[in-house]
Amino acid sequence: MNQTALLSRESFVELGARARAHALLDAGTFRELAGPFDGLTSPWLVRQGVVPQGDDGVIVARGKIGGQPAVVLAIEGAFQGGSLGEVGGAKIAGALERAADDNRRGIPTRAVILFETGGVRLQEANLGLAAIAEIHAAIVDLRRYQPVVGVIAGTVGCFGGMSIAAGLCTSLVVTREARLGLNGPAVIEQEAGIAEYDSRDRPFIWSFTGGEQRFATGLADRFVEDDCNIIRDTVAALVAQPPATPRSNQYDDYLRRLAGYDTGAQPEPATVRRLYAGDQQ
Amino acid sequence: MTQDNSTTGRGEAWLAALSGNAPRLPGYPPSVQVADAAIAGRAARLIAVVPDPASPFPRARNGEVGLLEGWSLARAVQEVIALDENPRRPRESGGPASLTSPEKSLGPRLRGDDGRGDDNSRTGAKRPIVAIVDTPSQAYGRREEAFGIHQALASAAAAYAEARLAGHPVIALLVGKAMSGAFLAHGYQANRLVALADPGVQVHAMGKEAAARITMRSVEDLEAFAATVPPMAYDIGNYATLGLLWRTVPVAHPAAPDAADLATIQRTLADALADIDADPHRDLRSRLGGENRGASQRVRDVLAQQWDA
Amino acid sequence: MEQLRFEFPAGAPAPRRVLVGVVGSGDLEVMIEPGEAGKTAIDVTTSIDGYGRVWDAQLARVFNAGARAAMRIRIHDFGATPGVVGMRLAEAFEALAESKGDA
Repeated sequence: MNQTALLSRESFVELGARARAHALLDAGTFRELAGPFDGLTSPWLVRQGVVPQGDDGVIVARGKIGGQPAVVLAIEGAFQGGSLGEVGGAKIAGALERAADDNRRGIPTRAVILFETGGVRLQEANLGLAAIAEIHAAIVDLRRYQPVVGVIAGTVGCFGGMSIAAGLCTSLVVTREARLGLNGPAVIEQEAGIAEYDSRDRPFIWSFTGGEQRFATGLADRFVEDDCNIIRDTVAALVAQPPATPRSNQYDDYLRRLAGYDTGAQPEPATVRRLYAGDQQ
Repeated sequence: MTQDNSTTGRGEAWLAALSGNAPRLPGYPPSVQVADAAIAGRAARLIAVVPDPASPFPRARNGEVGLLEGWSLARAVQEVIALDENPRRPRESGGPASLTSPEKSLGPRLRGDDGRGDDNSRTGAKRPIVAIVDTPSQAYGRREEAFGIHQALASAAAAYAEARLAGHPVIALLVGKAMSGAFLAHGYQANRLVALADPGVQVHAMGKEAAARITMRSVEDLEAFAATVPPMAYDIGNYATLGLLWRTVPVAHPAAPDAADLATIQRTLADALADIDADPHRDLRSRLGGENRGASQRVRDVLAQQWDA
Repeated sequence: MEQLRFEFPAGAPAPRRVLVGVVGSGDLEVMIEPGEAGKTAIDVTTSIDGYGRVWDAQLARVFNAGARAAMRIRIHDFGATPGVVGMRLAEAFEALAESKGDA
């Protein structure tokens, strides 16, 4: 990238959730729902001595993308690691449910989810988990009608139950900074030992769960620069495509590919690329 | 590293009992037990995830839902959807424009959908699926992350959700642990959640031992604290106040059901099927009434009020 | 965690509502809405205990400095230094003065 291009690049990763939602919607169409002034903070945090946030860490933004009705669900990674509690989870699930209902009434509302999350907020445990199950249900419902596009930009990445939600999306956009994995590195190290997974070895972690690797192994659809314009254009193109057979329905293909792996040895990133890349349909 | 294995084997025991020891379907890994048997007089599929000490995946030998389990669960459920598909059902005219676009883009599963989504119950035409749940967690390991365990679990969750949307009554029977990602993949997409009333039945986002280690407390301290915050509590009584369970059922022998226990749960499953049949909706809205879940409904009310400018 | 309350005399209600900041480590969120005429009421929820007098001193400096519109303010603080608090308050007042409302 030459110097001019570098200087004119606007980082998406450096933006907070609200600004990211602004960046993806057509200019002037952003309208926040169930926002911080509507009094929907967490019923569970204050009693545990944790300072709440007015929007509970999730922004619901209606607007247009490419002139079509859309809703963007943006998770604020800076608040409690983007973890989902009862209210934030309900905002995402509820908005996706409404989008699906729109489609049943003939309104082609599509959805974009900005994943910046460690998964369930432990202080709200079962309500976070239940909300995530409802998010899964709503994505599977909505994606029959319209694409549900996920974006993982970093720096928090996408972990826990929300990584499953990412796996349900019609398509996924990732950056180099992004990570996508089910379990956080620290938890794996704790449960399985440091030889299995060293949570402080950043190159190791990114080599398996980073955006570039996920794209190279077909678990993400677009690998893009950290640039607002590029990400906006990429998302706009993906939400306009007709729904296709989702990755989550390709279980036989994945089982077949996995059967080619000798489980006796730990895999290398190249092992996964060899088994997963190419000829996937 | 201690492991609470007190409920190991419950999934297997209840699958055997409910299926009348029906033969397990071949072609699945030993950790995914699938049997076709009658529930309330209807042909049904029962699925359990059980320990496989000889699993080729070393981090998935204690009943965890890992790579093989996730994708195999998807296969077990998608097979049922395919078996009961009715592609010759006439499509209603009208409906959302996107559904009249090339049908093949929606996949064979959804061609029979008349566009009214979940408001279409097809009583008797779609066989029930019972997810028998006793799983300590998702699998934690390098192999798992490398090969995309998040995607394997997504496959399973999607299959159960698509079955439910296609009209199959899906019931989750919690007989032991129902933990985090494993439960999201196997059970949490059910129309109705039924649990045994027993201390061995626990639903949570993170196991006690792991949560205690990560928060640097003893398990006892964690349990005591968690019991004071309903969504954090480990016991099924507190979980019930969240309004997610359809019914909690006491049985005399939760780990190894006798004839009376079996009859009790068979009646419960029959009741759940009747409840699902009578419900015009195929979504998860029945979970929104809990006394400790008021904010979840309030958020949806506000979204509804503000949705159209 | 502590919850603190402050009140200051003020003028006519502020013209709109604004939000700045996030409740991230070392940061804070400031939510401002039009208040009851004549009074600015501030509710602070802070993760750090024992700094009531520091908040008092800083907020008194800001809100006693000159005539301000009446505001209802909520601050959710996650360990921000007084410097960061001052910066977010300044940001919020700037947003109030602009023609666009919510951040």
